[in-house]
Amino acid sequence: MNPSNGKGPISMASSSASWRVGDGVSDQFPAGLRVLVVDDDPTCLRILEKMLRTCLYEVTKCNRAETALSLLRGNKNGFDIVISDVHMPDMDGFKLLEYIGLEMDLPVIMMSADDGKNVVMKGVTHGACDYLIKPVRIEALKNIWQHVVRKRKNEWKDFEQSGSVEEDRQQKQSDEADYSSSANEGNWKNSKKRKDDEEESEERDDSSTLKKPRVVWSVELHQQFVAAVNQLGIDKAVPKKILELMNVPGLTRENVASHLQKYRLYLRRLSGVSQHPNNLNGSFMNPQEAAFGQLSSLNGLDLQALAAAGQLPAHSLATLQAAGLGRSTPKSSIHMPLVDQRNVFSFENPKLRLGEGQQQHMPSNKQMGLLHGIPTTMEPKQLANLQHTAQSIGNINMQINSQGGQSSQNNSLLMQMAQSQSRGQILGETAGGHVPRLPSTIGQPILTPDIGPNVSARNGIPENIRSTGYNPVSQTSSLLNFPMTPTSELSVNSYPLGNTSGVSSLPSKGSFQQDINSDIKGSVGFMPSFDIFNDLHQHKSQNWELENVGMTFDASRHSNSAQGSLDLAQSVLAHQGFSSGQMTGQNRNAAAIGSTMFSSNNGTEHGNAQNVGPHLNALLIDNQIRVKTETFHDSNPANIFPEHFGQEDLMSALLKQQEGIASAEHEFDFDGYSMDNISV
Amino acid sequence: MDRNHPHRQLALMRQSFFDQGYLDEQFIQLEELQDDANPNFVEEVVTSYYRDSARLILNIEQALEKKPLDFNKLDGYMHQFKGSSSSIGAEKVKAECTQFREYCRAGNGEGCIRTFQQLKKEYTTLKKKLEAYFQLARQAGPSETACRPK
Repeated sequence: MNPSNGKGPISMASSSASWRVGDGVSDQFPAGLRVLVVDDDPTCLRILEKMLRTCLYEVTKCNRAETALSLLRGNKNGFDIVISDVHMPDMDGFKLLEYIGLEMDLPVIMMSADDGKNVVMKGVTHGACDYLIKPVRIEALKNIWQHVVRKRKNEWKDFEQSGSVEEDRQQKQSDEADYSSSANEGNWKNSKKRKDDEEESEERDDSSTLKKPRVVWSVELHQQFVAAVNQLGIDKAVPKKILELMNVPGLTRENVASHLQKYRLYLRRLSGVSQHPNNLNGSFMNPQEAAFGQLSSLNGLDLQALAAAGQLPAHSLATLQAAGLGRSTPKSSIHMPLVDQRNVFSFENPKLRLGEGQQQHMPSNKQMGLLHGIPTTMEPKQLANLQHTAQSIGNINMQINSQGGQSSQNNSLLMQMAQSQSRGQILGETAGGHVPRLPSTIGQPILTPDIGPNVSARNGIPENIRSTGYNPVSQTSSLLNFPMTPTSELSVNSYPLGNTSGVSSLPSKGSFQQDINSDIKGSVGFMPSFDIFNDLHQHKSQNWELENVGMTFDASRHSNSAQGSLDLAQSVLAHQGFSSGQMTGQNRNAAAIGSTMFSSNNGTEHGNAQNVGPHLNALLIDNQIRVKTETFHDSNPANIFPEHFGQEDLMSALLKQQEGIASAEHEFDFDGYSMDNISV
Repeated sequence: MDRNHPHRQLALMRQSFFDQGYLDEQFIQLEELQDDANPNFVEEVVTSYYRDSARLILNIEQALEKKPLDFNKLDGYMHQFKGSSSSIGAEKVKAECTQFREYCRAGNGEGCIRTFQQLKKEYTTLKKKLEAYFQLARQAGPSETACRPK
């Protein structure tokens, strides 16, 4: 790299296969690189800013991690790289690092006066792309652009290798469109294209932005991932095998590897959370509605935390997740077929990725907020909502998780967050499998969050959901974690929720469908306590009590979903945990399921989960919802699903279903989740 | 060039800072950042350092008065202080910070208190020197290059 100004890399840009000048890489690169620098020391901040300006970078400085996160979240594509101090009063730099990695996937450089080996190692394990010792010299900053290039290059490479994605972003999008199922294709493609176009133009406008294809880890994709990991066993899960298990076209080993790294971080964090509740939870907990970031982190953390808390044994958590994902680990293979249809990957949202990205990417696997994956599909604004909701949910979850017993809190929080909208979506997503049954609307809404393009494609539902207020549920995706890749599979119409086709046996398919419109397969991520779903179910609009999205909700396909996303979500949720009978009210179902789903993770807080359990059973049809009632504590069953469903039942039902369905569920989108999927 | 020429004096003063170990090469980094757009960058940064670190000094003093001493907290403060000081190149101050942290880790309260006194001395000494330096720089007028003899 040239030690001199940043102009050196121009040649790099052209030589790099991943970049195309047409992609927006400016000739001036690395000049104009958009750097966000975070440091609580004003003197250091000032000096860094001056140095970066001298390197011809575009600098934004902030002295608080929270501010940085909201800046990043509010402007998904606004930055290329982040430089952060390790020791900050409001949030540990490593935590910030994780959030950024998960939500925005930007390269992050850590800085500290501390050069101890342990600290530097921590940076490495948390995913920092570099570590600078203070005092920082300008020479060290001149080369930071290499991290941006490297990251993009890898992503491009992945895409190219997959063969499904062209270097050109547009093409990539088209390719992604190809993945979608024919059913949703029309809608999805349109929506996706729209979105893509939007983002494309945005990106193009910023000449200094490096456009790079990014794998969008939709809820469904994430669910698949989690299922694969669970199947292999977290210790033995290697990217190559995971890739094989997932069998998603266009996904490369590198994608999986980096995703796995993040996932591991989450798991580690969660397990560490219980011991250090303050770590993650602390920060998040407070502002429940707080930054999404928290939420998302919570999501993952929550699950982890929950797991750590022992409520949800790691393994079971994984299972739950898998279940939530809608893919039963064992059946992951089965899912694939369905998934493919849907668009397993949310490549579709390269743009979305930033904001939604987080959500998408770990739909349920990452314990990160269940809703995490959900928002991906949602329209940007929706996503925002979702994200927000998700955030809140995430927060809630976190809190719940960490608190372990705060379920009530969580529930309430979740409820807020999950504002039905998001729930609906989430549900829809989770329901994925069931979605088909549900009125298209339902299916969509739920998925929307994650699916983004897909969802919109779906039926009106996604729109409903979205518009309705997506409460940041998407963020909550973490809550929902729906395994169900929100990808639009929701379109109920298309979702064969009931379809048991292939999926396996949703034995009760019939039962599902009828009762629960929301077959919430709950692919929901295991969101321990996201009540988001709850809200969804409840009445769609209100609190998403999705407690732990983990439950894979098969978005109840009910026609009830008419309510729109909510219904779906609710039903999904409901289904998940609620016995179909109970779910009659779509809302409820969804809610129930949601709750159950979630609770599984946390066991405690998510009262929902608990509720879900029992209900799920009923709902899920015989599938025995795989919902593992992991210890849902029903702490606030009321919160979550005010309905009657015992979360545990619901959850277990969901889980069971999930597992059974796994294949069908495809967590990804509720599309055609046939109840069959739910291997109840 | 006149031996008493302000620029010459300035240069000598500056050199003494390095020779005596008050400042290290990080200070040169700051100087290199100074340009026409920011002609007083170094002075501004140093001023902001002294302003912000005053609070830290106060916090540390208060923490040192508590019994028993909270070494973790003290270490945290000192870490911050060290980062700040090193960013302007305050070499001696930085050295005292390091020493202080060593005592913290060893749980040596006496050592901490002693070192802190030393630290404050260095901190104040440097402040005076730099104040004199900047004042002279202002008197000396625009960049030395303009006055550099052929």
